[in-house]
Amino acid sequence: MRIPYETFRLANGLFVTVSEDHTAPLVAVNLWYHVGSANERAGRTGFAHLFEHMLFQGSAHVGSNEHFELIQRAGGTLNGSTWVDRTNYYETIPSNQLGLALWLEADRMGQLLPAMTQQKLDTQRDVVKNERRWSVDNQPYGTAWEKLQEIGFPPEHPFHHSIIGSMEDLSAASLDDIASFFATYYTPDNAVLSIAGDADLTTARPLVEQYFGSIPRGSGRPPLPPMHVSARFGSPRRQVVPDDVRLPRLYLAFRTPVFGSAGYYAASVCGAVLGLRRGSRLHRTLVRERQIAADAMAYTSDLAKGSDILVADVTARPGISAERLEDEVIAVVEHLRRDGVTEAEVSRASALIETGYTAALQEAAERADKLSQFATYFGDPGLINEQVPRYRAVTAAQVTAFAHEWLGEDNRASLLYVPRESPDDGPPGAGANRE
Amino acid sequence: MTAARPLPGESRPYAFPRFERRTLSNGLGLVIAPLPKLPVVTLLALADAGAVTDRPGEEGLAVLTARMLSEGAGGRDGTALTEDVERLGTAIDASADWDAALVRLTVLSSRLPEAMALLADVLMAPALPAREVERLKAERLAELLQLRAEPRGLADETLDRAVYAAGARYALPVGGTEHSVSSLTPEAVAGCYAARYHPGAVTLVVAGDAETAAVERLAETTFGTWRGVTRGEIANPDRRTPDGRRVHVVTKPGAPQSELRIGHVGIPRTHPDYFPVVVMNAILGGVFSSRINLNLREVHGYTYGAHSGFDWRRWAGPFAAETAVQQDVTADAVREVLFEIDRMRETPVAPSELSLATSYLDGVFPIRFETTDAVATALANLVLYGLPGDYYDSYRANVRAVTADRVLGAARAHLHPDRLQLVVVGDADRVRAPLERMAIGPVTVADDRGEPIA
Repeated sequence: MRIPYETFRLANGLFVTVSEDHTAPLVAVNLWYHVGSANERAGRTGFAHLFEHMLFQGSAHVGSNEHFELIQRAGGTLNGSTWVDRTNYYETIPSNQLGLALWLEADRMGQLLPAMTQQKLDTQRDVVKNERRWSVDNQPYGTAWEKLQEIGFPPEHPFHHSIIGSMEDLSAASLDDIASFFATYYTPDNAVLSIAGDADLTTARPLVEQYFGSIPRGSGRPPLPPMHVSARFGSPRRQVVPDDVRLPRLYLAFRTPVFGSAGYYAASVCGAVLGLRRGSRLHRTLVRERQIAADAMAYTSDLAKGSDILVADVTARPGISAERLEDEVIAVVEHLRRDGVTEAEVSRASALIETGYTAALQEAAERADKLSQFATYFGDPGLINEQVPRYRAVTAAQVTAFAHEWLGEDNRASLLYVPRESPDDGPPGAGANRE
Repeated sequence: MTAARPLPGESRPYAFPRFERRTLSNGLGLVIAPLPKLPVVTLLALADAGAVTDRPGEEGLAVLTARMLSEGAGGRDGTALTEDVERLGTAIDASADWDAALVRLTVLSSRLPEAMALLADVLMAPALPAREVERLKAERLAELLQLRAEPRGLADETLDRAVYAAGARYALPVGGTEHSVSSLTPEAVAGCYAARYHPGAVTLVVAGDAETAAVERLAETTFGTWRGVTRGEIANPDRRTPDGRRVHVVTKPGAPQSELRIGHVGIPRTHPDYFPVVVMNAILGGVFSSRINLNLREVHGYTYGAHSGFDWRRWAGPFAAETAVQQDVTADAVREVLFEIDRMRETPVAPSELSLATSYLDGVFPIRFETTDAVATALANLVLYGLPGDYYDSYRANVRAVTADRVLGAARAHLHPDRLQLVVVGDADRVRAPLERMAIGPVTVADDRGEPIA
């Protein structure tokens, strides 16, 4: 399997990839801006994500809520998402509507600010606060990812703070913040545009030039604070979180080589050996054989800067204590570390990863997102075709060496959710820190 | 940049993937759709063994039996079977929904023969070992325990109990209750398998990078020796509770949001009003630009999102509007949802609303079928609901043919304000009084186990 693609760059710095597939008359448009929560200034946590919401509130030639309506009326689907170091916006539409999607993206990249009002900001602030309540505060284990960021990175690190942000910081965001964030980060030279599906370079390129060509280049992003962290935690970390949950759950985190790096593929395969599907070590041992866990999995977070985080995520069976759960998970990790992995385990893991990756690329939206991802992080969209060979090349010896070097006691952080027993334990999310 | 909005180009034709239907000599149905885009293929076996076949007191048996299929088969125990399957780079996902048991996998097409042989073992020769039955029961009980702290799941479950009559299968969770699951035995699982899993009650859908003739030969070789006939009747699962609005509060002290469900029993998938109802719901709450979402989210900022939907099943599944709103606007949000449901029945929708809904449903149609799994699921639905062979070819024309009059007719016939049951999972101390002041109907408060609180 090879995903075809071509690239070009506009004079203003916008990098564009086009990947043809004429199986169906549909096309995906995907824009990655190289900005995320890591770029937020102190006191404005959650701003990158709030800003993403504002991009759906209209621009110079597009009314409020019209962005959604125009795409849906054209027969398309759309959304956006914010991550620590990127924000993406995407549509899949009938291919004869490619011009509309590109025009809408260009209008908000070029002329967002005329449409911004205090009332729109206030409404979206309420929407985002409700998103926080819905996905984080009122959801069992909903605070896990922000606590993993907290425990995984030191306070001065750009990945330390929450993506969705605090209620207080969301309240503080102003129209001035919108204007300066827009000018700094939403520029063509800080973006990658990918077009995948029923389109070719001959038709797509003139449209891209017509709509995006006159948008001025930015004046340069301010440098991020240093992303470097020590490769390993150095000493064990542990946090117990009493929460409104009925069963204890452990997130056992390890710092690991960043996404796409030479060491990443062995880390990813090791994660799959440990916790991808029912044949993995954690599932087989703790769910099927010892029956102390209700569910068990492990995965990398795919962070591309500073350090990645590999997480083993295991929920206790009723009647199993948090401490017992933690001991049992660590025993599985220790066993893997001591005795290494087998060829069969590695081939199972990479076969599952390969099928999952290939099946996902059936969707134009996924192909476009991957092209944007590899172009943004590594300047090379062609890496979309290199992932399967890299996974296939991972050997049992490499995974064993990875486990030995990276899964030791000096590189573990336990985040342990426990059922809150009484109101005295404090509000949701409050935790006791003991390292 | 340019102010002028681009006009669409000429649209290219789209055809839903071609497929062939066959019946093997033993009665097994076969549907094959060759899709040569990427080297993957999906196998989906559909058995007439959904949760509607559960007898009273045995709720959860159909789901448990379907899940047991992949816990050992063809002389392998659960561990060995999982190894053999995952070595191929795939996983067998076996479960049951209301209508059917579904066993599916997606694999690289080079491994199709081995994958089909494993699927055949799972369907024809499952081991159903007692130890794994007990383990899956314990996992379901753990899931039910976690649900007590999960507002969304709790709200869904409470709505089902509120709209369906006690004793109707749809009133209780598809996977069963603590009480019913605890009583299930390995013998009951074996009995369910013996009664429900036979070639005449199973259809195998194969969609992806494979040729029709080759798939047909392979299916005959792997499934051809299977014999048996299905037994058992299905009791009507969709009887509704008496008319009259009622408010059901499930208390979660200190909850920052209220999880809302506002609904009643809907209509079956095969109802002749399906298309006008789908379009009507898209306008009411089915898409982002719908009335309910724009009102609650974009006008009022009450919520991250608000939706409505008909849950399409063989018998009448629920219709519900659902959202989660900040606690202090719970009653206001309820009032707005009720207002939108009433408005839908009172006046015809505007031409721009109708065209948005129909052009959206028409336009996204090809986008729904980009993957082998999506095509296989669509073909399984064709079989399950007995839809005509040209159903997907005529789908878009059927959507476009819906008029404002038919939307109004569908709203008046299938939205029932007098039957609405309102579920609120939230802080009862704070939301009860405002809800009582609205005088929607009697307000009852229960704990997270459904036990009434005075």
